[in-house]
Amino acid sequence: MSTFLAFTIFGLFSGAAYAIAASGLVLTYTTTRVFNIAHGALGMVMSFLFWDFSVRQGMPTWLALVLVLLVVAPAVGWFLQRFVCRGLGEGPVSVSLVVTVGLLVGCIGLATQVWKPEARSVMPFLPDTRVQLGSITVTGHQLITILLSAVVAAGLFLLLNRTRIGTAMRASVDNPELLKLFGGRPDTAAALSWAIGTSLAALAGVLLVSQVGLDYYALTLLVINAYAAAMFGRLKSLPMTFVGAMVLGLSTSYASGYLPTEGIFNSVRNVMPALFLFAVIVALPQAQLRIGQVKGSVAAPVPSTPKALAWGAVLLGVVAMLSGSMSTANLLLVGTAATYAMVMLSLVLLTGYGGHVSLAQLSFAGVGALAYAKLDEPSLYGLALASLIAAGVGALVALPVLRLTGLYLALATMAFGVIMDKLVFQHESAFGFNGTLPAGRMSFFGTAVSSTGGYVMLMAVFFVLMALFLLALRRGPLGRVLIAMRDSPAACGTLGLDMRWFRVGLFALSAGMAGMAGALFAGLRETIGAADFQFFNSLPLLLLAVVFGVTTVTGATFGGIGLMLMPVLQSDYPELSGLIFAVIGFGAVALGRDPNGLANLVFKGGRLAQTRLLPRVRASLPELPARGEAAPDPSYDEGADAPDQSQQKEVPVHAAP
Amino acid sequence: MPLLEVDDVVVQFGGVTAVNHASFEAHAGRITGLIGPNGAGKTTCFNVISGLQKPTKGQVRFEGRAVTRLPVNRRARRGMGRTFQRLEAFGSLTVRENVRVAFDIHRGVLGMLRPAASDVDALLERVGISAYAHERADSIPTGTARLLELARCLAGEPSLLLLDEPSSGLDESETDAFGDLLAELAQEGRAVLMVEHDMDLVMSVCDDIHVLDFGSVIASGAPSDIRRDAAVQKAYLGYSDSDDDGLPAGAGHVGRGGVDVTRTDLPPVGVDDMGDETTVLPAVREPIR
Repeated sequence: MSTFLAFTIFGLFSGAAYAIAASGLVLTYTTTRVFNIAHGALGMVMSFLFWDFSVRQGMPTWLALVLVLLVVAPAVGWFLQRFVCRGLGEGPVSVSLVVTVGLLVGCIGLATQVWKPEARSVMPFLPDTRVQLGSITVTGHQLITILLSAVVAAGLFLLLNRTRIGTAMRASVDNPELLKLFGGRPDTAAALSWAIGTSLAALAGVLLVSQVGLDYYALTLLVINAYAAAMFGRLKSLPMTFVGAMVLGLSTSYASGYLPTEGIFNSVRNVMPALFLFAVIVALPQAQLRIGQVKGSVAAPVPSTPKALAWGAVLLGVVAMLSGSMSTANLLLVGTAATYAMVMLSLVLLTGYGGHVSLAQLSFAGVGALAYAKLDEPSLYGLALASLIAAGVGALVALPVLRLTGLYLALATMAFGVIMDKLVFQHESAFGFNGTLPAGRMSFFGTAVSSTGGYVMLMAVFFVLMALFLLALRRGPLGRVLIAMRDSPAACGTLGLDMRWFRVGLFALSAGMAGMAGALFAGLRETIGAADFQFFNSLPLLLLAVVFGVTTVTGATFGGIGLMLMPVLQSDYPELSGLIFAVIGFGAVALGRDPNGLANLVFKGGRLAQTRLLPRVRASLPELPARGEAAPDPSYDEGADAPDQSQQKEVPVHAAP
Repeated sequence: MPLLEVDDVVVQFGGVTAVNHASFEAHAGRITGLIGPNGAGKTTCFNVISGLQKPTKGQVRFEGRAVTRLPVNRRARRGMGRTFQRLEAFGSLTVRENVRVAFDIHRGVLGMLRPAASDVDALLERVGISAYAHERADSIPTGTARLLELARCLAGEPSLLLLDEPSSGLDESETDAFGDLLAELAQEGRAVLMVEHDMDLVMSVCDDIHVLDFGSVIASGAPSDIRRDAAVQKAYLGYSDSDDDGLPAGAGHVGRGGVDVTRTDLPPVGVDDMGDETTVLPAVREPIR
């Protein structure tokens, strides 16, 4: 009985901390419609700052607390709302997700750069106070946490219901324009909610740090618990959020107390929050289609088939040259870049064309690799089967979120990534704990491709085929429907499209592509382990894909190379490893609003060359036959991005077959 | 039997009642107008009919069968088509592709393989936007985009057309042509239900008119009856001929919640849509509790 009570107290303590974090999340989401994935990461940075103030600089605890919770955190929150997240809420959810994921990765990079990894500890509050409840002891820290959560709940209730600004905060959810019309200040309300939200994230972080330890990733991931609780309150009800947090805290505590310590159950404890999040998402009611949403003007050029073929041939030529001359180590890097580029192609389909975000695309690659290694059938057949398995797993992840919108799908993938990391990949029947599996190089119609150079060439061929498939899909009727779904789900619904299965199919196809990349990667490396597909690496992958342009094959190509270079740079300049991470994160924050990314610059340059430079060159060479002058850029299809209106009418159309 | 029956529908957002026990019908072969001041709940009614908004109470019947529980796409398959007040054209596709997609969706996976080019062109021709066929939908004028939405919706061969302010953004001659098109569409056997602010158009083309105010149907009848209705005049002008309270026209009236809603001061389009109800009170659709 007393152990039960002890676990209950511990559950209430963690539940209270989750509740504080979750209420901050709900507050920012309801007032600005931006779901802050970086909520936990902000708490993590603030906990490090608290450590810095109180331990490294030796400030009194109260002063450090006041500085962090009442000065730095609100200032950061205010800054983020004003300069980073403003206007994100009205845009497509994929953009706000990418920006806040960028923030998350940036925060981790910043923290690792400023506070280099070393052993640190933070004392619990009131270490000497103990309250005896019958046979069990409650620490002062636990007591303070539970009390604080009650104070936060009461404070938020009073703020939202009894003050002018609180009413404005609630009203700004629905119609900031109208609030302005009635004399309210939606910007102030939004900034205040972010200031309070960040402060609450900091408080939760500081309260949990004595238990979790100062860890970049563990504290960041604690946000999953907050998501789960916030989802329990359907992202709007604070009381239900508190209930959700308590249920989660208690169930996690009981799980660690009573589940057997052997076998699969041991790992189940680690993923309780992720499972809880899944369960809550499954139970959510059908989402209603939003209309009147401001659309992102996403439109990347779709190259014509001859042009795509030509560039594919150029790419293959370059890889063929490299594969003949490079060292094995460098060839492995080229193969890695090809893998990442293929995974990014799967994101071009999902995010660029479909407008959905997956936060765990590498985990799907891991499923493909695992299946390929386990099947032990190094041929086209094995590759196809591995891809199919990954696609099936993708469909399983998307099915529960069938009825819901993009945000929930993204969160489901995050939960999935964590579950794969901690439960599946580590399991003995998979890679095993810190283990690896052997994987054979693929044979191609009976001919084994055993040399690394040859295999890298094979991967390049697969990349080109995948890209051509993607472009063909985009140009066909299904591609048009995909774009239509992204531009206006409501209109698609009223035209009679059942988007649920379409979405699952899209997600499965994307997961299958990632799985194929993973399987090819397994063959390249010949041994493969869980460490290759860690959930957290999916985040820089997503960010680089967006930074380089998640709407185009070109973006995926450069993104793959960029992601491959990241660890190389980090090992070359170990003292700057955090900074590299931070640059990618904050770069995505800066560039995340334009999903066409840096690739767009390439196209703009290309167009400029064709419209400005080429005529001049032609003018200087009068004997050249004038070709295609009616169309300034015949290589781009209609529907392509055309910032210049006057130019657009002249673009030829090949819509009708 | 009416093709569409809206039966005692109530929609509440938080504490605000956007549609208050509204009942009306639309008949095949006839053009029905749904009019009322901004914030009266017209678009919310459309959302309930097409399935984008669950009613708090009440029923929607289509072809005599209740469709209240059906999702949007299944209602569309049964023959409901709609356009949007705040445009929902597929902005990154061309005008032609917009209509093409609608055909693709309507004809399903196998139908996609069948060439639809001539059908697309015929539709564009019919609504009169062929000249814009190759323009991106987010770059065409508002009036044209409304016609595009109509064309897109016609691709689904609907028996009921729900048109949300279809003529705003059209000039006078375009509006005349549009009125003729509407009459033609109705003659072919479709029911047309239309939210519209252009009273000349409404009075000239509509066979029946329902007037909404504060979410309730305050008058129903032929255009000539509606024109004379005292309640309608009061709702629109703030006073009626028979109601001599000394208020000048357009002086506005006090809305619920004590907010002075000088409705004629609000921009005629663009603010209501989903926010219909909030025009009256900026209260909470999804309140934090």
